[in-house]
Amino acid sequence: MSNQPKSNRKLGLGLASIVVGMFGFGFAMVPLYGLFCDITGINRAGGTGRVAVSDVTMLGVDHDRKVRVDFDSTLNAGLNWEVTPQTTTLEVHPGKVYDVSYRVRNNSDHAVVAQAIPSITPWQATEHFNKTECFCFEQQTLQPGESADLGLRFVLSRTLPEKYNTVTLSYTFMDTNRDKMIRNAVSAR
Amino acid sequence: MSTEAIHADHDHHHAPSGIGRWLFSTNHKDIGTMYLIFSLVMLFLGGASAMMLRAELFTPGLQILDPDTYNNLLTNHALIMVFGVVMPAAAGMANWMIPMMIGAPDMALPRLNNLSFWILPFAAIMLIISMIAPYFPGGGTPINTGWTLYPPLSVQVGMGMDFAIFTVHLLGISSILAAINIITTIVNMRAPGMTYFKLPLFVWSWLLTALLLIMIMPVLAGGVTMLLFDRHFGTAFFDAAGGGDPVLFQHLFWFFGHPEVYVLLLPSIGILGMVVPTFSRKPLFAYKPLVYSMMMLTALGMVVWAHHQYTVGMSEAVTTYFMIGTILISIPVGYMLFSFIFTMWRGAMTFETPMLFAVAIVLMFSFAGVTGVMLAVVPADLQYHDTYFVVAHFHYALIPGSLFGIYAGVFYWLPKWTGHMYNETHGKIFFWWTTISFNLTFFVQHFSGLAGMPRRIVDYSPIFAEFNMISSIGAFSFGASHLLFLYIIIKTVKGGEKASDKPWEGAQVGTPGLEWTLPSPPPFHSFTTPPAIK
Repeated sequence: MSNQPKSNRKLGLGLASIVVGMFGFGFAMVPLYGLFCDITGINRAGGTGRVAVSDVTMLGVDHDRKVRVDFDSTLNAGLNWEVTPQTTTLEVHPGKVYDVSYRVRNNSDHAVVAQAIPSITPWQATEHFNKTECFCFEQQTLQPGESADLGLRFVLSRTLPEKYNTVTLSYTFMDTNRDKMIRNAVSAR
Repeated sequence: MSTEAIHADHDHHHAPSGIGRWLFSTNHKDIGTMYLIFSLVMLFLGGASAMMLRAELFTPGLQILDPDTYNNLLTNHALIMVFGVVMPAAAGMANWMIPMMIGAPDMALPRLNNLSFWILPFAAIMLIISMIAPYFPGGGTPINTGWTLYPPLSVQVGMGMDFAIFTVHLLGISSILAAINIITTIVNMRAPGMTYFKLPLFVWSWLLTALLLIMIMPVLAGGVTMLLFDRHFGTAFFDAAGGGDPVLFQHLFWFFGHPEVYVLLLPSIGILGMVVPTFSRKPLFAYKPLVYSMMMLTALGMVVWAHHQYTVGMSEAVTTYFMIGTILISIPVGYMLFSFIFTMWRGAMTFETPMLFAVAIVLMFSFAGVTGVMLAVVPADLQYHDTYFVVAHFHYALIPGSLFGIYAGVFYWLPKWTGHMYNETHGKIFFWWTTISFNLTFFVQHFSGLAGMPRRIVDYSPIFAEFNMISSIGAFSFGASHLLFLYIIIKTVKGGEKASDKPWEGAQVGTPGLEWTLPSPPPFHSFTTPPAIK
């Protein structure tokens, strides 16, 4: 019993190291969580890169099947733009190439560089939604009061499972000046 | 049973007096008392905020609170009740009872014990500042996020949030220190012969609770630290525009938040494990499996957190996993309840106030279990999510599951703590008053929730008017019943019938019962020589 205070201290410190470890675990979750989502394909933010038209049209057009595509947009906090999808909904045949556009206008009094981040619902359709041209591939600069039509050319792949009849493509427009991190996030796409 | 009578004259050496006795206390009983008093004060603060919420909801429309103030009070009600009432009360009981139950002279790390208590009052002051700061110039908007503190809203609200974040840090440090102390005490300070499977259930429940606390509190601390960085240092942990993810906070929060439910529940299960055998005069039914089921609950509780986030857009496979895991939890919990029922079965039962609470808990907590399984089912939860059904569910889980368990413990151990018996008639009046008004308050909320009334709103559709009026009347009565509780406690502390060493006839059934070998109230130092275990 004489060495009890010492073993108390030892056990106490051992438990404290669990506490420190769990605090670190919380922070380790920041990269691990993103990694986990990437590996499992959950929560992939519609990051389909540019594909060539020939890659996705070689299977031909499925004229018997129609899929409804809805277009949507959101402004992230702090961006004084007006964004309107020129086409809000479209019936498409998988395998066929379509063009749509978004009308944007800078309502602020200074030039703004913005980046659009796509998101597709249901997320399972993401890998079947192919863009051959998209304004979301690069940053968009608008002078004060300037407006522009931003184009998007896409093909819905014939591999889209039969159970999905409606796909929603939503863009969130963000101001890139927020800080450097957005540039990193964007260049990763 | 051995009777090394510990004489009161043992504590003639340095039994401190005056304010120093409390400020610099390293005595587990004094610190336990301070925890319990702190918790009682916070109970009335948290209760007062709940009364204001129910007064606002008495009729549809805006009467006494503006929406931001309403949500501010709502956030504070939850934070006070969870961190200020239930956790300190359970910690106070642990301080008081664990050394006496395991035959130790005191807690293993007494100075740490002093620190972990004295952080609390400052955390409480910080929490109160977080609530009133927004009403001063430059304070920004009140904390209108609810206790979950989800970003992006929590990044945008005023400086009250910074105080709330520091409150969470302080409370986290306090409970981590207490948890380390309790584990060390239980592992190192047991009297010779007090093996793990002789430990009273209350000690087991606290061993597991403390393990949970050191696993989860640091994760919450990490989460709110990131929130603080997002608010002030330009990081973007939870800001999508900076490459972060607001859903990450939800995962961090609920990784803490779900096991936290068991942190609140387990000490009360431990108290039930003492109270039910005492008043059934039978040993606890299937003690060992009950301990195993508590371990299973602890382990499962760590890995089912995302059932709070079914609606954030997780994949089917992930939600299915969390659904099955959550439903599995009903097995150990159901086991515990059956164990208590079988302890009562054919026992020579009497219904003193602690036992009345115990029986009521088994009934009402089962009800929360049933609604819990309903909420665990993904397609159903998509309907119930963020409605009053959830409010009803977790109040049924937390009020009977933890608060009433603590009341049972208070009535059970009050004679031991004070040396006086409480007035049994008053105790019974309090029991009936508080349980009936509790059910009146929360039962109807199941109906308004199923009918679609969302939670965390200051105003609601007139179709829910009747339910809310009943609920508010119940709540006022529930609140008022606690004045009687306060009266009973003060009266018992001041005097009353002298309690014997073992005030309950069946108190020692099936456990070593060391705490009952000490006089009531126990001497300043409990066991100076280790007691022998039968």
